[in-house]
Amino acid sequence: MAPVDAAMIHDITGPLAVRVFREMGGERVYDPERIIMLFDHQVPADSIPAAENHVFMRQFAEEQGIYNYDLIEGVCHQVVMEKGRAAPGEIIVGTDSHTCTYGAAGAFATGIGSTDMGFVLKFGALYFRVPESILVEVEGAFGKRVGAKDLILSLAGDIGADGATYMALEFTGDAMHDMNMAGRMTCANMAIEMGAKAGIVAPDAATWDYVTARRDIEPFTLEGDADAVYAGRRHYDVTDLAPQVAVPHNVDNVVDVTKVAGTKVDQVFIGSCTNGRYEDLAEAAEVLGNADRFADGVRVIVIPASRTEYLKALRGGLIERFVEAGALVEAPCCGPCMGGAFGLLAPGEVSLSTSNRNFRGRQGSAQASVYLSSPATAAASALYGEITDPREV
Amino acid sequence: MRVWKFGDDIDTDAIIPGRFLTIYDPAELSKHAFEGTRDEFAKEVRDGDVVVAGSNFGCGSSREHAPLALLGAGVKVVVAKSFARIFYRNAVNTGLLPLISAGTDSIRDGDAVTVNIAGGYIDVNGERLPVEPVPGFMKEIVDAGGLVAYAKDLDEVKTCSTE
Repeated sequence: MAPVDAAMIHDITGPLAVRVFREMGGERVYDPERIIMLFDHQVPADSIPAAENHVFMRQFAEEQGIYNYDLIEGVCHQVVMEKGRAAPGEIIVGTDSHTCTYGAAGAFATGIGSTDMGFVLKFGALYFRVPESILVEVEGAFGKRVGAKDLILSLAGDIGADGATYMALEFTGDAMHDMNMAGRMTCANMAIEMGAKAGIVAPDAATWDYVTARRDIEPFTLEGDADAVYAGRRHYDVTDLAPQVAVPHNVDNVVDVTKVAGTKVDQVFIGSCTNGRYEDLAEAAEVLGNADRFADGVRVIVIPASRTEYLKALRGGLIERFVEAGALVEAPCCGPCMGGAFGLLAPGEVSLSTSNRNFRGRQGSAQASVYLSSPATAAASALYGEITDPREV
Repeated sequence: MRVWKFGDDIDTDAIIPGRFLTIYDPAELSKHAFEGTRDEFAKEVRDGDVVVAGSNFGCGSSREHAPLALLGAGVKVVVAKSFARIFYRNAVNTGLLPLISAGTDSIRDGDAVTVNIAGGYIDVNGERLPVEPVPGFMKEIVDAGGLVAYAKDLDEVKTCSTE
């Protein structure tokens, strides 16, 4: 068993974790200050059962003295990062598969189920198998309108949906360390799409700038041992990388955007824990430029990943541009990516999304199709109503 | 006991779609198992049936509703070439037995199957296929009947140092 530094629970998987905690005989959680609670999947409540879940979780937070960010702060992984709840060297678990996002802060962070979480709530520890690591070395400089999402999609295509099962992906190389925190979060976030237990970027100056701005902590050195043994090593150069698109219905089904350019889209979703940060919205707005409107017949849904990111985009004039161009800008939440709240697809419809999964039925009907891309590709495609290479706009 | 055969990369959105995640009761969840991707499953599955799949079964979301939906349907064993990590843990924790076998390609949908857990094999089509046991510490959880039962007898846990 290993001690857990922080544990994140949200509105979908949290209620089951609390039930399990009680079934295990739990009365008081191990440390309320190490538990992070918030609601993001069905926000604001989209059904009476969702509202009941929120009430149930609020009561638990109050009873246990857990600080509850409730539904106003945004998507769990963005909130954990921006509130400084993740730091290098920590062990963090969350009842959400994309908990691996905090690897961008140099934490060992992994998604778990509700029964595991019930155990963590009670004991503050969990059983783990120490993962082997794959070293992913990334060199070069991204071309115009190509970035972190294109890199991680190309990795998913190369490594495959189960190519890193039970392993940790350790991202390194000049291109990773040149990348801002938003990009690193995009990469770490999608480690799970290759089956990985964690995706970690060794902390550097940028990591410590980000973490120390949010938490009183003294920087220290944390890096892979010089003689570390890796289960595999992969080398990538992003210099000539084209914008990437994952085509239905698997995340590792990845092609250059040119292969699917011209595919008509009914909906474009820009947001999620993968790509809902200010930098992502700015990337989309840059492609939008001074265009009057997105293409007729395309529903464009923009959802900033958090209240903080929303305010940055609002003050930066991005939200105004999106609304002028005809986008629906929603309050921070998981939105269509959760496939049950809103923004669902009808049979036969096609969505292009900056989120992380294109599984059959992920965004509504199992007869709909979901493509995944970067915010730049999503914005370009929203402008033309079909999948479009952002370098051509 | 019949086989319900699935392919590779069966994700937890397929096992139980996102719109049913406010349900926690296994029997209720089972009514929506594979809804939209294999509608006949929920209607025809019988107690004791076995799900057999290719590689990476249960990839995607950490939703524990997925093993619960299978348990609610009466499925107690899933045999696959490999499992996604979170699903594997969730299955063991909730009492659904995930067995790894390299030989699932030859198993067809509707085949009659017998699972011998103690013996470490399954019999299907007159063929005996070995299955890998659940490893090390997880076996204790399986033997206890899941993590809840395992945890009930614990007052505290010993942790290793991360220093």
